[in-house]
Amino acid sequence: MDDKNASQHPNYVQVFLTFARNSLVRDMMFRTNFIIEAISSLSWALMNVGFYWIVFEHTPSIGADTGWGKYEFFIFMATTWIINSIVQAFFMPNSEEFSEMIRTGGLDFVLLKPIDTQFLVSLRKVHWSSLSNFLLGMGLLVLSINELQDRPTAPWKLTPSIVGLYAVYCACGVAILYSLMTCLASTSVWLGRNQTLYDFWFYITNFSRYPMEIYRRGWGIVLWVVFTFIVPVLLVVNVPARILAQPLADNTSWRWPLAMFTIFAAIISVLISRWVFQRSLLAYRSASS
Amino acid sequence: MIAWTVRTLPQRASTWWTIYRIALEERMAYRGDFALGTLMRFLPIVTQIFLWWAIFDAAAAATGKSHLAGYSFHDMVAYYLLSMLGRAFSSMPGLASTVARQIREGEIKKYLVQPIDMIGFMLLARMAHKSAYYAIACGPFALVFYLCGDYFPAWPTVEVGLAFLLSLVFAFLLGFFLDLCIGLIGFWFLEVSSLLFIYMLLNFFLSGHMFPLDLLPVGWRGAVDYLPFRYLAYFPAAIYLGKVPSSQLWQELGVEALWLVGMIFIARYLYARGVRRYSGYGG
Repeated sequence: MDDKNASQHPNYVQVFLTFARNSLVRDMMFRTNFIIEAISSLSWALMNVGFYWIVFEHTPSIGADTGWGKYEFFIFMATTWIINSIVQAFFMPNSEEFSEMIRTGGLDFVLLKPIDTQFLVSLRKVHWSSLSNFLLGMGLLVLSINELQDRPTAPWKLTPSIVGLYAVYCACGVAILYSLMTCLASTSVWLGRNQTLYDFWFYITNFSRYPMEIYRRGWGIVLWVVFTFIVPVLLVVNVPARILAQPLADNTSWRWPLAMFTIFAAIISVLISRWVFQRSLLAYRSASS
Repeated sequence: MIAWTVRTLPQRASTWWTIYRIALEERMAYRGDFALGTLMRFLPIVTQIFLWWAIFDAAAAATGKSHLAGYSFHDMVAYYLLSMLGRAFSSMPGLASTVARQIREGEIKKYLVQPIDMIGFMLLARMAHKSAYYAIACGPFALVFYLCGDYFPAWPTVEVGLAFLLSLVFAFLLGFFLDLCIGLIGFWFLEVSSLLFIYMLLNFFLSGHMFPLDLLPVGWRGAVDYLPFRYLAYFPAAIYLGKVPSSQLWQELGVEALWLVGMIFIARYLYARGVRRYSGYGG
């Protein structure tokens, strides 16, 4: 490589597209495996629909006067899938590999590359089959919205601003989850191994899968405060889903303050994850001899 | 042809004891991680409590009913905790995949050349693993059950208590042989991971781990009752909560025992047929 090329900034978009293409080529080499993985995650998701279908046979909504009826909640669930599938497709496999690279010393080779290390570590592989749940989520969204257009109180209306805001807040949700994951993965520099931390990830994000109203009672308030303001996983799905599903015809007083706070939380989360990541690189000692 | 020496019962018992002890010690090596992991496994219960609290509230506000399919909110929380206890007995992490891997990689031939029965060996090892698990998990379990004590109904009668304990032991054995059979299919397919995934999925849904089976619509409920999965999580919890009428209690346990005997036969049959099919090369 000559000096001229080395001093140039790499084209991040092109690098990412190359990663995405390579991953797709690799996935297509094992096509049956790819299909099985897609079917597996789809069937898991469909089983969840089954569960809530049964729940809504017994109750009109989740929480009295919360507005989370069957199809509003299906929008919530679809949003969970959409956000989680993006995280699982783009960041999860890389995050797992990052811990492994720290343990084995493979990170040396990444540090040597003339490109931002966090970018390289975070986006090297794309797990395409995870995006099957993205499509399923989209399907469920369309189906639920179609049902909500006939909602007796405040029928659902499509406006460009709703669609735009939904996309923005889904992106915020992805950013918050990505940051949390990066922070957890970075800790393997200090801990050596972090299997339990991955369990921790699943248990924490588990809180984000339900409307936040259910926690706002009894000692759930503590959970609500912690998972809204300290580790903001409750914002991830709740805010975009609320914007799209409009439970209670969307007239709650805390809607906009919460939406503003979500933007703030997403930016702060990314900055913190960047800081933690760089601290972890400083603490990294190669494992090779 | 291998010459099998006839061994007396004390000799066999001594072999069993050795297998059990080795597996136990192996498991106790990581007890700290274990205890923490067990405690964390209760975290989803927290969200379940709030979810069902909200569901019961909404149902009560709409229909005035405080029970869903015969469950009060407290019953529901107690059900989830008890079904976790049932799963602690019936779930067999890694069993089917280990069996399939041993078949695929030829490790299984150690059972063919040594005077050890594979199924017996695996059962003993699993009993040791479970013992180690209970020795450590009883702390977190006791803590969580104590904290959630208010959700539980009064202590059951001695008869129900005995049936409950027996259903847990049966759940362990039935879970073991069901998983084993999936693993033994590896003699024919080599790669069983996708089959295993489907099995796990069905198991999660139909065992009552995800929700009490009483919530299912009537037609479905009837079908699920004819499957063995319900004994793995739903049945012990239902016994404890008094959902199984005492007139049917022992009859139902008898049906479970029949399932168990059936699965043992199937596992033995699959193993015998599989070994005949199996061919190993190299050292």
